[in-house]
Amino acid sequence: MWSYLFRRIIQALFTLLIITMLCWVLTRLSADPMSQYANKQGLTQADKDRIRHELGLDRTIPAEWVQWMPVSDLTKQKIIEASGWPIQYASWLGLALQGQLGYSFFSRQPVLGMIAQRLPLTLTLMAAAEFFTIIISVGLGIISAVKKYSWVDNLITSLSFVGFSMPIFFIALGLMLIFAVQFKAWGLPYLPTGADIWDPLNPYELARHLALPVACLVIIQTAGYARFIRSSLLEVLNLDYVRTARAKGLTERAVLFKHALRNAALPFVTIVGLDIPYLLGGALVTESVYAWPGMGRLFWEYAQRGDFPVVLGVLLLVSIAVVVFTIITDLVYTLVDPRIRLS
Amino acid sequence: MTTQTSSIPTLNTKSAIQPLTYQQLVWRRFRHHRIAMWGGVGILLLFSFILVGSIFIPETKANEVDLRSRLKGPTLEHLMGTDSTGRDIFSRIIYGGQISLMVGVLAVGLSVTLGTLIGGIAAYFGGWVDIVLMRFTEAMLSIPSLFLLIVLGKFMGRDIQTINFLGRSFSGSVGIVIVVIGITSWMYLARIVRANVLSLKEMDYIASARALGASNSRIFFSHLIPNTLSAIIVSATLGLAGSILSEAYVSFLGLGVQPPTASWGNILTSAQSFIQRGSWWMWVFPSAFIIFTILCINLLGDGLRDAMDPRLSNKKG
Repeated sequence: MWSYLFRRIIQALFTLLIITMLCWVLTRLSADPMSQYANKQGLTQADKDRIRHELGLDRTIPAEWVQWMPVSDLTKQKIIEASGWPIQYASWLGLALQGQLGYSFFSRQPVLGMIAQRLPLTLTLMAAAEFFTIIISVGLGIISAVKKYSWVDNLITSLSFVGFSMPIFFIALGLMLIFAVQFKAWGLPYLPTGADIWDPLNPYELARHLALPVACLVIIQTAGYARFIRSSLLEVLNLDYVRTARAKGLTERAVLFKHALRNAALPFVTIVGLDIPYLLGGALVTESVYAWPGMGRLFWEYAQRGDFPVVLGVLLLVSIAVVVFTIITDLVYTLVDPRIRLS
Repeated sequence: MTTQTSSIPTLNTKSAIQPLTYQQLVWRRFRHHRIAMWGGVGILLLFSFILVGSIFIPETKANEVDLRSRLKGPTLEHLMGTDSTGRDIFSRIIYGGQISLMVGVLAVGLSVTLGTLIGGIAAYFGGWVDIVLMRFTEAMLSIPSLFLLIVLGKFMGRDIQTINFLGRSFSGSVGIVIVVIGITSWMYLARIVRANVLSLKEMDYIASARALGASNSRIFFSHLIPNTLSAIIVSATLGLAGSILSEAYVSFLGLGVQPPTASWGNILTSAQSFIQRGSWWMWVFPSAFIIFTILCINLLGDGLRDAMDPRLSNKKG
């Protein structure tokens, strides 16, 4: 167990190193922070150089080190020019390891602070969505497994197949059209589209603004989960120990909830555990349609501006969460399922 | 395959049972999968709608701006209404469909090539190659794909040219979207191919091929890859649904296919801003086409998976 954990952590560290490189290279390539100054009037070359220096974009291997290298002067010049990126990556990584993700180019605020500010709202949205998703999908999964091949099962199965094939913005826009726009037009009590200013500390306002984005996430996720619960419950219901439980004369309810469901829920734990970190990144599309001020929207807003410290910060945090949760899920799974041995 | 079966001596009675080839077995299992057959029919219908539609409606109609009739609901003249600049949504769906499907097919082609090569090479050579390639795969999988799509789309979408292909001119963004989706979606297939090749390469027929002096590339391309083909086909089919959805997502966010070239995703982009005025037709019709396509492909893919490789049945790709 411990040696397994140790090996997994070493592997994960290696993966994380590759992740930081990937994220850094991609964001650096995609966003040239200087491009926003390209057409600014009244900005001299000296100003631009000063900005480049402040943002750390001119950092290279110190020239005096290169002087010692046994190569021609031209090559030395090239090394100094090309060395910018590895040096910048290394210095960024060094700071990131100390928990400093730098400052946003646009808002001039520390990235970590911006993320910390958005995190509670993303977590609220995700916790609410996950809570309803699990309740509804487990319920639907049980119903359709118990009433296998009945019309209820057929209905649930086909609906979840359709739901599985839907892009989330279809549901987001649809719910908005019906409950925000048309309800308002019909004079019914309506839900906000998110385009207004509201106070997240007021529970009533919070609930009103949560309703549509949560509904939209629940619909999409339930479609996948319900199908999963159904098939894993059906598999368990065919096992011998369930027949034994029935033969003992237990009620169907006890067989289902005390015996079958517990084992059927095991693989479900893994699925949910592996999905949680992705939720941290927020539902980017849902958040941007409903203007929910969470992490996904933070990423999207700043990605459009080419503000790479923010983009990099969010990417890094979410990816680390994914790697960490994968290990945690593995371990939890072995704790709840003694049949599995780690080796 | 058929020559093999006919060369097997059989009894001269009509009741003699011919051994079925793998293809025949697959086709037989697939035929009994009624829903998958419907999925296939649905895709054929969709393709013919898009092809026949483009014969009757010229492309200029799809891109024609008519500000006097902007944001009109469905009428006989504009079957699915018009968008915010008065373009006919019905014709944009036909031409956008061509783009969306083309992006989907080409992106899957790219991702299947990458996935097969990376997974296959990692398993075949093992050791450090395997460790590095698999950690790279894991790293790519750990970054949420939509985030990757956005960052890459932003990077590659900086200078967009117009390309001419098959007598039509597209926004260069089409090519970019294909590449971006292709290089962000090969990871699952790479893992499947790796697992298959790992077990295949220990088999005796590989050892005998090597004893006969076959080169690495011959063993790889003629002996290992064909034997994992069913997994590749299944994952390519399901991947097609994923690619079409990805295109819709990035175009919806405004980073994908750029107007005036239509795609199902970018018709919906403007729907987002006008839905608050109740323009439901801009939302319903393109979404319906996306959902129908994805649904049919998923049904077909599930059927193919059950038919070609029953062992894979309960796994989600």
